This record gives sequence, C-alpha cells and structure tokens, in this order.
Amino acid sequence: MAATIAELRIRALALAERRLPALTRLRKPEALPIRLDRRRIYVLPTGFGIAFSLLLFVMLLGALNYANNPALLLTCLFGAAGGASLFAGFRAMNGLSLVRVASDECHAGTPLALHLRFAPSTHARPSLRLRAGDEETAFALPAGVEGGTTAMLPTTVRGWMRAGRVRVSTDYPLGLFRIWSWLNPDAEFLVFPAIENPAPPLPGGDTRGEIASRDGAGEDHAGLRDYRITDAPRLIAWKASARHDALLVRDAERRSDDALVLDYAAQHGLDHEARIRRLTAWVLAADAAQRDYIVRIPGGTFGPGAGAVQRHACLRALALLPHA
Amino acid sequence: MREPISRHAFELVALSIAAAIAAHAPHLPIWLCIGAPAALIARVVLRRRGAGPAPLVIRLPAACLLLVVVVLHYGTLFGREPGSALGCGLLALKLLETEHARDARVAVGFAGFVLMSALLFTQSLVFTIGVSLTLIVLFAALVALQPAPAAPGHRLRAELRVGAILLACGLPLAAAGFVLVPRLSTPLWGGNDRASEGHTGLTDSMEPGALTDLLIDDSPAFRVRFDASPPPPQQRYFRAIVLSDFDGAAWTRGRRGDFLRSEEAERDGAPVDYAITLEPTDRRWLPTLDLPFVAPGGAHFSAARELIAEDVVSQPREYRVRSSSRYTFAARISEQERARALALPDGFDPKTRALAAQWRAANAEDFGVVRAALALFHASFTYTLHPPLLGRDSIDDFLFSTRQGFCEHYASAFVVLMRSAGIPARVVTGYQGGWWNDSGGYLLVRNSDAHAWAEVWIAGRGWVRVDPTAAVSPARIELGAAAANDASSWAQSEWVRAFRNHFDRVNGWWTQTVIRFDALRQRGLLAPFGVDTANQGDLLIALSIVLAIVLLLATVWAMRESKPPRDDALDAAWAALGRHLERAGIASKPSEGPLDLLARARAALPTSAATLNGLVGDYVALRYGVDEPVPERVRFFTNAVRQFRVPRRVKKRKAAETVQR
Repeated sequence: MAATIAELRIRALALAERRLPALTRLRKPEALPIRLDRRRIYVLPTGFGIAFSLLLFVMLLGALNYANNPALLLTCLFGAAGGASLFAGFRAMNGLSLVRVASDECHAGTPLALHLRFAPSTHARPSLRLRAGDEETAFALPAGVEGGTTAMLPTTVRGWMRAGRVRVSTDYPLGLFRIWSWLNPDAEFLVFPAIENPAPPLPGGDTRGEIASRDGAGEDHAGLRDYRITDAPRLIAWKASARHDALLVRDAERRSDDALVLDYAAQHGLDHEARIRRLTAWVLAADAAQRDYIVRIPGGTFGPGAGAVQRHACLRALALLPHA
Repeated sequence: MREPISRHAFELVALSIAAAIAAHAPHLPIWLCIGAPAALIARVVLRRRGAGPAPLVIRLPAACLLLVVVVLHYGTLFGREPGSALGCGLLALKLLETEHARDARVAVGFAGFVLMSALLFTQSLVFTIGVSLTLIVLFAALVALQPAPAAPGHRLRAELRVGAILLACGLPLAAAGFVLVPRLSTPLWGGNDRASEGHTGLTDSMEPGALTDLLIDDSPAFRVRFDASPPPPQQRYFRAIVLSDFDGAAWTRGRRGDFLRSEEAERDGAPVDYAITLEPTDRRWLPTLDLPFVAPGGAHFSAARELIAEDVVSQPREYRVRSSSRYTFAARISEQERARALALPDGFDPKTRALAAQWRAANAEDFGVVRAALALFHASFTYTLHPPLLGRDSIDDFLFSTRQGFCEHYASAFVVLMRSAGIPARVVTGYQGGWWNDSGGYLLVRNSDAHAWAEVWIAGRGWVRVDPTAAVSPARIELGAAAANDASSWAQSEWVRAFRNHFDRVNGWWTQTVIRFDALRQRGLLAPFGVDTANQGDLLIALSIVLAIVLLLATVWAMRESKPPRDDALDAAWAALGRHLERAGIASKPSEGPLDLLARARAALPTSAATLNGLVGDYVALRYGVDEPVPERVRFFTNAVRQFRVPRRVKKRKAAETVQR
C-alpha cells in the first residue's frame, strides 16, 4: 500500500515537472548566487492553515447566525491577521540570496556538512528551515549581516557529489502557510574514501626519519624555496630570509628513501575498494604522525611529501580512482 | 516538529488559554472558574519540573466528568451557556495533553473560537476591544512555536510585536469584511435562545424588593434622541409596563388586559418626536415617553397603551415614537376596566383600608384623597434603597411601621390606598430621568433609572400620572436616581459618574454603528457607487473587489524588496561606458574582461584611444586595485564617463562628406 502511494507520488511529481517548466528548471543546477524571487517561491496552506480556515468559517456562521456584530468583527480580524501572516512569511523568503556553498572535509559513510551562506538583507529572516535529504534544520538570518546554516548530507560513495536540491521553507509567523523554494546550487563536493577501521599499522613501521633528525636536516641551505602563503610560520628560515629580499622556507621535500611508501599494488589479498580504504587510513595516520610519505596508485604517484597539501592531493587522488 | 515545544512557547499557549477562559469568567459556574485555572497552573508547574503530558488515565475521566457536571449544572449540553462552559473546560483539558507544536496550535485555534464565543454574552465596546487585543497573545503564542527566532534575547517582546503588527495589518481587511459580509436576514438555526437569560430589566411583575437588582445596575437601558429640545427632567417618565393585578404581595401585569378594548387617548399639548435606541432586554416591552401616540413599525399598543414589540428585543433596537406630555387618556372606561382597577385581594392590609376609608369620608373629591396620601408620604417617610423587610400585610407594615422604601413601595402602597378609597388606580413601571449628554445630544437612561409610579383614573380627566416617590424624595425626580440613592461608595463618586456619563457617548456610538449594523443598513451601503439597494450578490462582489485591492497592496508591500540591490556607482558608471561603446559598435562580450574590451575599442576608435586608456585604467584600478574604492574617485570616474563622447564612425563621416560634395 505504502509502496503504491510512494510510486504514485513519484509519478505525479514526474508528470508535474514535465508539465511545469518552472519545476523542471528547479531540477537543474544553477550558478551562484541564487536569488529567490516570486517566480520560484511557492505557497500552500499547511494542515493547520486549512483547519484554521474551517474554524473561521464556523466562527463566521456562528456570528452571522446570532447577528452578533462584535463577534463577526473579531472573526474578520482573526482571519485578516491570518491572511496578513502569508505576506509576512513571504517576505521572510523573498529576496533570499544564496551566495556561497562550502563543505567540510568528509569521508564516505559520514555525513557531509554543507555550509550555505546567504547575502545580508535589510530585514531579519527568522524561522527558516532547510531540508536536505530527510534532515531538516531551522535557522534564522539576522538583518544586515551575512548568515548561513549547515545541512548534513548523508554520503555513501567516494568521489564527486552534488549538493542536490535542498528545500528552504518557512511557515513563519503563524504556521498557517508553508512557503518554500528549491535551491539547487551548481556545486560539487569531493567525498574522500571511507577509512578502514581498524587499520593495520603503517608499513615499514621502523623509526627512520624521526622528527628530530628531520629538523636537523632542514638547516641545509639547499632545501630552501620561496615562501608560499600556505606555509606554516615555523618553517620560515629567518636567517636565510634576512640575506635575501624575500621570505624563504625550508623545503619539506625529502629524498624518497626517507619517506613511507603507501603502495596500492602492494596490498595483496584486498579488493579495489578495500585497498583504497586502507591507503586512506594510512595517509591520515602518516599525516597525523607528521611523516613524509609517497602514495602510489594506478595512474600516478604522489609525493614524497607531508603536510596539508600532500594529504589533500593524496586523498583527492584516492577519492577519484575509478570505481572498479 | 516532533520535539516538545519550549517552555516559553508552552507558557504563552497556557496564557492564551487562560485569557480565553477569563473572557467567559462572568457567566461561568464557580466550579469551572476555579477548576480550569487550577488545571492550567498545575500543568504549567508540573511541566516546569519536567513532567510530561497528563496520561489518558487522567484526561479521559476528566473529560467525562466535565461533560457530566455541565449536564448536571445546566440540564443540557446545548445552548449558549452550557456550550461555553463545555468549551472552556475542554480548552483547559487540551493544555493537559499539549506537548508538541501541533497540539499547541490546535489549542490556540480553539482558544480563538472560545474567545469569539465570549462576545455572544457581552457586546460592549470595551469588552470587544479587550478581546481583540487578546488576539495578540494568541498570535504571539503561535509565533513562539516557530523554531529559530530572530532575536533569542527578547523573544516575548518580538513575538508580541509581530502579533500586534499582524493585527494592525488585518484591521483594514477586517473592517471591509465586517461591513460587506452579507448579513443573514433570518438565522440558520436555533433562532434566539437567549430569552429570559442574562439581562436585567423590567419584568411583568413587581413585588417589594424586585427592582433592587435593577436600581444598582449602572448599564445603559436606552438612549433617546429628541427631534426638538428634550422635555424638562420632571416630565421624563418613560412608560414600559402597566401592572393592574395585586395579590397582596406582588403586582402582576396579567393577561386579562390584552382582551380589553384599547383605551383612547387625545393629545392636548405639542407633540414630542424622538427616537429610542434600546439595549437588548430579551423582552418585548418598548419604553416610551409618557404618553405615546404613534406606534412604530413592528410594534403595537396594548389596551393600557404599553408599546409591545412583535419579537423579543435580543439585539439593540431603534424605534421612533411621537408622544405628548399633555393628554387626555381614556376619558371614559368600561365597568370591566373600572372593576379591574379597583380590585384588591381580600383579607390583606386592614389598617390601610381603614385609613383610606377615613380619607374618603373626609374628601368628596378624588383629588383630595390623592393629596392626603401624598401629604402622608411627604410628612413621615424616607427614601432608601435598603428598606427593612415587610411581613404578610406588606402595605400595612410599610405605611404604619417601617416607613422606609423606594419607588416600588410608594407606588404599591399608593395604589392600594387609592383602590381602598374607591379610586381606580394602577402601577406603572418604566424609567424616569436619565442623563442628558450635551456633547452627544441625547438622553442616556440607565437601568438604575428604573422607576415605578401610579396612574389614577379621575372622572372627566382620565388616567392621571401620580408619582408618590416625588412626595418623599423630590431629588429622585429632579436630579435622577444617582442623586437620590446613597452616594457613599467610591463607585458612585462624582468624578467616576461624570467619566462614565461622558464615556457613554462612545458606547452610544458603538451601539449605533457597530452593534446595530444589520442587513437593512447594508442595503444602502453601496449607494455612493450607484447601487441603491445592494443585494447579497452585490455585497459579495464589492467584498471581492476590496479583497483584491487589499491583496494587491499587500503583495506590492511584500515584494518591494524583490528587486536585486542596486549596483554600486562604479558598476553603474562602467555599464554606462559599456553602453557608449555598444552604440559605437563595440559590444562587450560576456567572456571579455575590461582590458580585452579596451584593446578592441582602441583598435576601432583610434581617435579616442588616449581617453579610453585613461577611463579603463581608472576603472581597473578602482575595481581591482583596492578593496573599497574611494567615493570621490568613483564620482570623478562617473563624471569622466559622462563626458566621454564616442566619435562618429569613420565610415559614416566619409559618407557624409560624400553627400556634401
């Protein structure tokens, strides 16, 4: 029974989206910023709104029947204020402008935190709801400043993932009308592979290349390069920089025989995805241990290297490996 | 949605419910007045301590108990009073199970209904305004149910503000709806089940002490507008009911009079034309100035010239009457009537009869007897609203021992004296006096102005009005009831009375314009638009038009910010430059940056190359060189763009030269 209804609902939706171009348009990803205007804001009474109108009708009949003008006046006031609430709710949605979408780092299987940022508006917009998947979160946007909210999207597979359609809605202020619109930002997020848990210890678990000895080796002038904005301040070679007219940093690059080798091909007895999961776990472990490492996967070798850039490059490459 | 609502929201819902029940408090039975608030408070306190909703084991028996008690108390479940008691009880019970937003919304909606039903009992201006303002609390409760408020710090204030704004925005539409919703000419069900409920007012019987409730009731009874100047205070007698039958304890109107021939009356003085707006009495008597001559539509004169409406007065009613203060009323009466006006019950009040016989013997003229009685009252009686109780021979007790009383005692004793002396007499109840509202130009008569006097029939003169109370307390007649009654309590103090009297003008306006607005007045509503008698269809069309206009205005308001924010001055100037170039045939492409455009423009317009270099260079520096461009430089750039003239294209110039040759 439920399945039949669900199927009917999907077919009705499909029909509606075929027939109504506005709905179809909302299925297509759009470039940011996405601004909500009257052409894409939908309004329907809620269940409470329908019950409220029935109540008003009964009150109206009662007041008319007893020819009671004050009661009629009150009924009219009640209804008119309820009607006015529609416009207050519409105003809370109208002109809402999504300017940025970003996500936190996320591994498959854990929810993706999708951050939506909205442009500042002249008036406060309270009691908005964001529905992504089956999750609904409520948020408010204060006047005059940029505000936003975060939705948690479930993830299952690694690779590129679209944010998909999220629904922004409100039944502010009285709960009589649901006012909603769809946001389908043209943004993709990379979901890193799942992490093997528990993962075996890092390969070649000897203590070569300890942090202390690396720091000593870093005094070598041959390993200097220009400062980049992502470099940590502790890596800056102050003395060397003083002799030049630019900041120099000690290059973290090491000879490859110092680095851990995390090799896809060496993981015998595991299937494609399991290897990726293991390498992912090792990349994170090596990064946490601040060690240099090389990742070898079909289609490329990453490293040797350490730090955020190396880590991100490796995780990205792992995430984008073709699915077997 | 499925989470329990916040404590703040819950308590606002509880407050809405309490307010709705409080609006009914004056007519609710005492057990409900105590029980409902107790249930509300208990639930709020328990919830603060973390308790959940009351279990079904408590709610179901409580609901059954409520039903049974209401039936026991009223004898029925149907009708205005049992219905409202049941509604209030159920509303209080609803809070016991309210935990989620859905229940809370239902509770608030129901509270609105209960609030509206309170107006079925009292329609006064102050009460209506109070009830309307209570809607703000209801709306605030609904707003409080919303997640993620804009300002978590000042929730209550923000919510009340939203409620007030919504109410204010609803006012114009509500007014239009009120005026234009077609009224029913006949009720759909029930008719008026309100007769003999609630209202105090004159009744068709009078026994000592019966009027006391009325005499302390300060609410308006009716308002009178005179076409010419109002009669002097001592002539402001408004007749309502004539009581002819006495059983020793009470005076009753009886029905025998209805079958008698109408008594004839002739007008001797100038006519007085006036209109009376009567507050609902749930009875059929319409007070008229002594003595009425022309009956209004929908009413007729009884044999004793009481004005009787065809339907009970359940809504404020306005009627026009012509009266005259000088008249000859029933110059001749039949034997039947005479006998009725002389009848006294046997075995009551022997001392009174003896006294009357004594007067009769001493006075040949009927007027002499009347004067003797008035002299007696004047000599040794006092006027008070709190007389001692009287025994079986009530008239004897009053005349010979207590000697204290108010109008009904004097009227009653006087008529018994007259009848004992063989003079036909009867008691008349009605109103006397009133307060002249100078600014409003009308006479306000309150229930406390209720009065009883006598009419005696004198051969050749007909029925003559005699007010024995005037002999005892002339102030009652000349200054009004308030002056004669004890004026000791604070509520009777001078300035309170003055304020109430002046405020009555507003009340009068309210009754005239709002409460009495009916199908009849609606018909003339569209006359300015060329529809002389608007039927219900016309009204609905007018309502739709108003609705459409209001919706349109509201939509414009709601969308006034839907335009994207205006580009800043720099962008605007750049766009203007783009338009200049476009006219010269150099349209900027979406893929093109300012420098690429500059390159093309320089190639196409070599004569302006230097100017263009400067302009585009300025723009690039302003737009991309700094975070926030300096306003002066933006203005300078804007002016430069404005002064920039695209030279006419070379080809065209050549063509022009060719033509000149």
